[in-house]
Amino acid sequence: MSEELVKAIADMEEEEAIRLVRDLLEKGVSPTVILDAARQAMDIIGQRYENCVYFLPELMLAGEIMSQIAELIKPRLAEAPEVRRLGKVLIGTVKGDIHDIGKNIVSFMLDANGFEVLDLGVDVPPQKFVEAVRDFQPQVVGLSGFLTLAYDSMKETIQALEAAGLRDRVKVIIGGGSVDEHVRAYTGADAFGRDAVTGVSLAKKWVGAQ
Amino acid sequence: MNHQLSPDEQREALWQGKLSPKDPQGNPLAFQSPEAEKKYKERVLRVKAAIEMETLPDQVPVTIFPSMFPWKYAGMTVYEAMYDYEKCAAAFKKFVLDFDPDIQWGAYAPGPGRFFEILDYKLYSWPGHGVAPECCYQCNEGEYMKPEEYDALIQDPTGYFIHLYLPRVFGALSGFQMLPFFPGILEMYGLALTFIPFGLPPVQATFQALFEAGAEALKWVAPIGGLDTELATLGYPSLLGGFTKAPFDVIGDTLRGTKGIMLDLYRRPEKVLKAMEVLTPLMIQMGVNSARATGNPLIFIPLHKGADGFLSDEQFRKFYWPTLKEVILGLIEGGCVPLPAAEGGYSSRLEVVKDLPRGKTLWMIDLTDMADAKRTIGQNACLMGNVPSSLLNLGTPEEVRAYVKRLIEVAGKDGGLIVSNGSFFDEAKPENVKAMVEAAREYGVY
Repeated sequence: MSEELVKAIADMEEEEAIRLVRDLLEKGVSPTVILDAARQAMDIIGQRYENCVYFLPELMLAGEIMSQIAELIKPRLAEAPEVRRLGKVLIGTVKGDIHDIGKNIVSFMLDANGFEVLDLGVDVPPQKFVEAVRDFQPQVVGLSGFLTLAYDSMKETIQALEAAGLRDRVKVIIGGGSVDEHVRAYTGADAFGRDAVTGVSLAKKWVGAQ
Repeated sequence: MNHQLSPDEQREALWQGKLSPKDPQGNPLAFQSPEAEKKYKERVLRVKAAIEMETLPDQVPVTIFPSMFPWKYAGMTVYEAMYDYEKCAAAFKKFVLDFDPDIQWGAYAPGPGRFFEILDYKLYSWPGHGVAPECCYQCNEGEYMKPEEYDALIQDPTGYFIHLYLPRVFGALSGFQMLPFFPGILEMYGLALTFIPFGLPPVQATFQALFEAGAEALKWVAPIGGLDTELATLGYPSLLGGFTKAPFDVIGDTLRGTKGIMLDLYRRPEKVLKAMEVLTPLMIQMGVNSARATGNPLIFIPLHKGADGFLSDEQFRKFYWPTLKEVILGLIEGGCVPLPAAEGGYSSRLEVVKDLPRGKTLWMIDLTDMADAKRTIGQNACLMGNVPSSLLNLGTPEEVRAYVKRLIEVAGKDGGLIVSNGSFFDEAKPENVKAMVEAAREYGVY
């Protein structure tokens, strides 16, 4: 039945997936089994996104299904089970920019691919990135921005990391809007990505996975 | 406009109107010099020929369609551009004169800051209201329309906007919630009861705010709109007649929001389709009315949630394109020239959107490969773009010149090209913007 659940989630059958979770819980199946199934489904969804079978509607619906499942099993879960993670990624939209669709997709895909993601939200000042790098200790920092103004904010953020002596501890990737090699060189980032798939594969490379 | 005329005749009448421009009093426009008049007319004809693709223009037209760049170039903050209307107009005039584009798009982008304050506009953050003074205004995405409200929108879009949507996005229009049901105003008996809301303080406060907002809009449009006339007398035509949107974006941008509409494609696809069907004639009307009011043929259609990566091919063909195509064809039928702007990448959509009547549409291309665009939509439509914002911002004049040269080789050989930036930009090196214009003039002679 947990195979059915994997299939229902991966195939975007929202109602069926939720019904199956309720059934499993009623039958006394352990929440970790359900979480495992959900994780497997996320893998499939991530692969389908990478293969251009799934797009935004599926990522967003998958996010909704996952949070409903999390709500359902929360009462049965004494403690979140330890999930082995590939690594940590800190992400946020830089100062002065409040666009977040692209950033959210990247966060979702990183999470689906096994990263622990800390999302600082939008309009994040350089100092906040610095503090989060210090506290969260990510291997990768993702800076997002849609406006041309974001180029300068990205540059400032990377300079702030340098000033704080943290630049060498992280790899920085930029993404969003019109970023390209020009912008990467200007900001001092390690790489740029035009889509979430590029972001995920770079992050994997950097943490030494696959 | 004479409704007996065919769509092509209506469109030709708009172009002829542009070629014999009038001042706001309706008299023939007094150009500042014979050279300015000559330039103005050459430019209108140049762009017209590029769009219609029947004869080659004398040269590849070039334009700059910026966001806040003109005001940054003037050393102003966006805040100043939004709050000092005279300065806003003066800065834009200097931008046009300094960079010398073939067509100009007006100083309307900043908009009147005070006006948004009066209405307590919540849909956007602007300098001093959620973003810093030097930042462009930005949309606050949200679920301004609830999922269960599709039926209300479908049944009566105007009523939905008045009673539910507008009070949510304008704090000062909360009184609209109390307005009567207008189709109920039918007979003498009981009529006064229907009008009671207009006597109540919240409704009166809303109307007070509307009067103030209207007055502020007039105060703003005097210098900003007046500048269009002045720039015309100096040889710079404006062709922008207004804007409209793809029905999918109407719902996905500012009603349901990105997440809302994406979920709706699974949870209530029939409602989305029905709502778009209802919105389609309204979006056509919005563009056609605006072109007729301004006498300008181009109707801008910024395309958002159908770009590469947002939807699958199947979803694009089912949900995005049919009603957008209807809007484009409806605008053409109404004598306008639709200007869809394929923001972001559109590579995966080119085959789907390429079949439109020849010489009637102008596509603005952002990041899509121009050779691909030319091979597909470019066979039937003029292309405008695609000099990257990143290049204008961070490249060198030499790189910009090389880019424009290649752009003309790839997409401009047989006409059907207007050189321009591909996406809206705030920051750029002035020498790069200048290089774009100069290179188009140098390499774009037919």
